[in-house]
Amino acid sequence: MKTRKFCATVLIITLSLVLTGMPVCADNPKEIKIGAIYPMTGGAAQAGWDSRQAIEVALEIINTTKHKDLGIPLADTEGLPNFGGAKISVVFADHQGKPDIGMGEADRLISQEKVAVLTGCFHSNVTLTASQVAERKQIPFYNFESSSPRLHQRGFKWFFRSTPHDETFSAAIFGFLKYLKEKHGAKVQTVAILHEDTLYGKDSGTIENDLAIKAGYKVLAVIPYRRAATSLTAEVQRLKALNPDVLLPTCYAADAILLAKNMKDLDFNPPIVVAQGTGQIDPSFVETLGASMVEGISSRNAIGPDLMESIPKLKKANALFRERTKAAGKERDFSGPSVRCFQGMMALAEALSRAKSLSPEDIRKAIQETDLKTDQLVVPWRGIKFAPDGQNMFGDAVCVQWQGGKMVTVWPEQFATQKAIYPIPKWADRK
Amino acid sequence: MYTAEILAQTLASGLLMGCIYALIAVGLCMIWGLMEIVNFAHGDMMMHSMFMAFWLWSLFGIDPLIAMPLIMVILFVTGVLVYFIIIKRVLKAPMLAQILSTFGLGIFLRYLAQFLWTPDSRMVQEPWLDGRIDIAGVFIGVPQLAASGVAIIAFILLYFFVNRTELGGALLAVSEDREAASLMGINSDKMFALGWGIGAACLGVSGAMMANFYPITPEVGLLFGLIAYVAVALGGFGSIVGAFVGGVTIGLVEALSGVLVAPAFKYVFVFGVYLAVVFIRPQGLWGRY
Repeated sequence: MKTRKFCATVLIITLSLVLTGMPVCADNPKEIKIGAIYPMTGGAAQAGWDSRQAIEVALEIINTTKHKDLGIPLADTEGLPNFGGAKISVVFADHQGKPDIGMGEADRLISQEKVAVLTGCFHSNVTLTASQVAERKQIPFYNFESSSPRLHQRGFKWFFRSTPHDETFSAAIFGFLKYLKEKHGAKVQTVAILHEDTLYGKDSGTIENDLAIKAGYKVLAVIPYRRAATSLTAEVQRLKALNPDVLLPTCYAADAILLAKNMKDLDFNPPIVVAQGTGQIDPSFVETLGASMVEGISSRNAIGPDLMESIPKLKKANALFRERTKAAGKERDFSGPSVRCFQGMMALAEALSRAKSLSPEDIRKAIQETDLKTDQLVVPWRGIKFAPDGQNMFGDAVCVQWQGGKMVTVWPEQFATQKAIYPIPKWADRK
Repeated sequence: MYTAEILAQTLASGLLMGCIYALIAVGLCMIWGLMEIVNFAHGDMMMHSMFMAFWLWSLFGIDPLIAMPLIMVILFVTGVLVYFIIIKRVLKAPMLAQILSTFGLGIFLRYLAQFLWTPDSRMVQEPWLDGRIDIAGVFIGVPQLAASGVAIIAFILLYFFVNRTELGGALLAVSEDREAASLMGINSDKMFALGWGIGAACLGVSGAMMANFYPITPEVGLLFGLIAYVAVALGGFGSIVGAFVGGVTIGLVEALSGVLVAPAFKYVFVFGVYLAVVFIRPQGLWGRY
């Protein structure tokens, strides 16, 4: 009995010595794993698919020298130049649009897949829960496209976000309204806010309400609705009865389509509609409804598709994205979220290259020290540089408008490719 | 703020939506009334009939209105097949097994659609039934009106079929007492299959009509399915009239509470009415049990 106990003790001591003595990771790994949690199934699965393609385009640029001519950091080297040419690989996980699943996947990616950085999750409410796991486990969470302001206001140490958020975006909406008022003589006195009722919509509604009051407009109503509603007729009727000068909707794709249909059915004609992105700028919005139904609807956007012609780097990156999506089954242009996703992935890789280590703290420090200038980016931002709260301080937004089935940039004036339409044609006057 | 015009519009919208809920609920009710199995794949089967209408329109240019009889037949056959392949095997199994089998079928159908056709939302553009009628400031969508009309016709036909024909009588007999009906020479197997066929065919009709005006995604059946369960429970399990009244009630409650109270609360009222009915009359308004 004694011998057995002795043997067991020796075994335990030896094992623990061997295991703790082993290096946690090699100094020059061949591969850095990143975990990406996106909605691959469920209502927003298209966005998840787009994000995946955008990330894979970025990986091809980072890991190979095929696209040297792009002229952005990491395009002309194989792998990460400062990190012994290490390549980046991404493990994708599906959260189905559900915060609890996002949390579980974050946990699994960190503890089982041993990823160095987490990214995702498109939906703000899923990013919220998944990044809590990363914070607890002290692994950087680098968000590319979620726009709820609450995300960077939690005092987290391990959370970073390269995209501008809804406060920046909403400021663009009100900048556009001011411009319409001053340059087009538009009547902008009353606004109505309609938003879907998850984190993204609620935060957007709150900020829009604050900004509208600050700008001296009268807010007639703030109406939340259930994203998976069977109909929005009640909401639209209420809006119609209020008769606002401006409608500010915040929707995801399927409900944005339903809203437009119901507005037509009930002959609701607000002269100005400026959306908080996502639904109204999703390619399926015009594909499903057709050009006439969407005419004149505006939205804030990270970028206008016409800018993809006027910014050469973006044009090249978009061509790569089209190539990849075509090979994957459905050719698409960059959308607002997917271009931000691509840009975020490139910036994250640049930070990883500087980190020169797999230690979470080194990576966190390298991300915090990111300082990219406009000419190193494909999007028209002033740069990427993180405030202490992890938010990129130099992201910008534009306002786009549907004109003749095309999404054109109408604000700010220095980027505008077309003059804004005011007012939106009434339903009765359209074909 | 609430003029007579707005109220009239609200009632009209509520009625139109209610008729569509009713048609979906009637199919569910058939299956329940006959064999006391809740078909949790109901909404997803409707989603597939909407996709069928979309693809017939998109690939062959067949308007959903023309495609409707065809989709109805396909769904009828699907319903019969579902009965023989899945339901028949769990008829004598515990209730949980029955629930899980239809639930599993629903999930299978939803993700099949997502796999085959991606999660994009789609829509039939410029169908024959398009536009709207303006009656003194009350706007009524033509496709919605047609769908409601079809729902009412389908309901009347179904009602007469069940209550006035020999075959319908046989269906009722089987639902009353399976064994006694068998002794009278009624093949209960065939009747069950017929019930599933008719239940699914109702979805073929509602799916094709809805394809005229509703965006189609793999997720579209979820809430419609849920509302159909509530309509059936409200009207009384097994009662076709009850399911119809239940559907229309839900449509009206949804529209009225949405406009008069606040849109955010419209489902609170819908499910609140349901709870009230269940408390006061657990068997539902027209329920037999």
